[in-house]
Amino acid sequence: MADARALPGRRLDARLILAGAWLAIVLIAAIFAPLVAPHDPLMQDLMLERLPPFWMPGSEPGFWLGTDSLGRDLLSRLIFGARIALIVAFAAAIAACVVGSTLGLIAGYFGGWPDRIISRIVDIWMAFPPVLFAILLVAVFGTGLMSVIIAIAVIDWTRFCRVIRAEAMSQSRMDYVENARIAGFGRFRIMISEVLSNVLPSIVALLSLEMGIAVIVEAILSFVNLSISSDDPTWGGIIAEGRLSIHQAWWVLVFPLIALFLTVLSFSQFGEGLKSRFDPVLR
Amino acid sequence: MSACLDISNLSARLPSGQRVLRSVSLTVQPGEVRALVGESGAGKSMIGKAVLGVLPPSVRIVEGSIHLEGADLGQLSAKERRRVIGAKAALIPQDPLTALNPSRRVGPQMTDRLIHILGWAADKADRRVRQLLDEVHIREPDRVMRSYPHELSGGMRQRVLIAAAFASEPRLIVADEPTTALDVTVQKQILRLIAQLQQEHGTAILFVTHDLGVVAKISQRVTVLYAGKVVEEADTPALFADPQHAYTRALMAATPKYTDPMASLMPVDDTVLAGLAAEIAVADHDWKPGGGTGRG
Repeated sequence: MADARALPGRRLDARLILAGAWLAIVLIAAIFAPLVAPHDPLMQDLMLERLPPFWMPGSEPGFWLGTDSLGRDLLSRLIFGARIALIVAFAAAIAACVVGSTLGLIAGYFGGWPDRIISRIVDIWMAFPPVLFAILLVAVFGTGLMSVIIAIAVIDWTRFCRVIRAEAMSQSRMDYVENARIAGFGRFRIMISEVLSNVLPSIVALLSLEMGIAVIVEAILSFVNLSISSDDPTWGGIIAEGRLSIHQAWWVLVFPLIALFLTVLSFSQFGEGLKSRFDPVLR
Repeated sequence: MSACLDISNLSARLPSGQRVLRSVSLTVQPGEVRALVGESGAGKSMIGKAVLGVLPPSVRIVEGSIHLEGADLGQLSAKERRRVIGAKAALIPQDPLTALNPSRRVGPQMTDRLIHILGWAADKADRRVRQLLDEVHIREPDRVMRSYPHELSGGMRQRVLIAAAFASEPRLIVADEPTTALDVTVQKQILRLIAQLQQEHGTAILFVTHDLGVVAKISQRVTVLYAGKVVEEADTPALFADPQHAYTRALMAATPKYTDPMASLMPVDDTVLAGLAAEIAVADHDWKPGGGTGRG
């Protein structure tokens, strides 16, 4: 890290490359799932139940990560599960980001009563246990992709709101904001051109982090069977099934956990890496 | 009314009731450089902020008026006031390191005001900014305008800010300690530059500083401020030749003289400060906020 600072700019740091590479793999797998997946993720074959992964005795060629207790190919299920995970990650994180950042920017920059109202709402919001809140919301909206996305956005906008509010607040005391006021610019214009431009790197980092969090929340919701219909493979759903056969087929639990772990870690590292590249002062 | 800036009887105070400006009166004639001197906390920057309409919300003006080019700023709506100040006044800030937005390129930051506030065409604003960059002796205007602020040195940034201040042809520039944050060697160049541009453009400047050496070099008239109160006002040569007020004399004695580095530095004498405190106590005792804006 020390030499990355000494050579500003040109060097891509390792975490950005590694995180980006994993996310690219997941993204390509998700987009081209029907082409990439070796098998139909829903096709059951009880003759092939609980096949172990390829390096273990008793494995079948073509079933790289083994099969679950209904004989479905685990790799194919993970690849199709990545679709749901990424759709939820992007849609929910962007929705939470737009709502939370806008309110945070307004609260931090304008201060006064808008700040008091928004901050009180955030305080109240944060008093709910997030996952139980999400479960409650999905129970209210009904299961389905859309309601999962809405639930995650509804519980997680506060994360953006708090951070962006604090940053906008410190930005609004900067000299260049005062200069823009002297020059005669209106408050809205200053908020966009002077304040937003400087909190953007943080928004990018948070957005990426939030995508990881959305993947986890979606997995939790599908683990408790409250995500989308149980026919579609989801990582959380596969983990839930794997839990039942942990002693006979550990791989059904472990591989989706690894996929989940790597994806969430990559999102957060990718965001941090982007932030330090986008920020002209750190760069 | 011919004065470019006419501050009359201006008083301001904090929510605690503490007065930060005490019936300050001050005029700046068109084309004049007026120095405003005082130690830190004397309220000199406060006056600059009041003129530019960016006083912190906690500071209340309780009395007096500010006329900028004949417009009474206190009587205007907030929007009108912004428009008048934006069109007629500009700031050369104290700290060039924080006065530019770090995440935007320098060029747009300079042309923004010309295009969006003064309504110039983009190419005209661009030409104007280039011309000003040339006037502040920046050799590669293209490179500088494409740069981010952190890619420029402190002196370069201050040149950019000076160019930006003069670019809109304001009637008045408030220079708030524009050399304080710079190296001594750069200070001199910047000061010369401001003086030169001031003469060429005929802009009035309210030059806020604590440095009497700077005052002597650049200004025609001086106002000495202590604890928010004007203690002396004079033509610059007259002030240096024959300071009238004990505080001014003490301030001059406290200025280090590079020609005589062995001379001991004299802090402002305690009896002078005691005398000032007494003067201010008397003034405060007699003072009543005008127009019923404040309550005891």
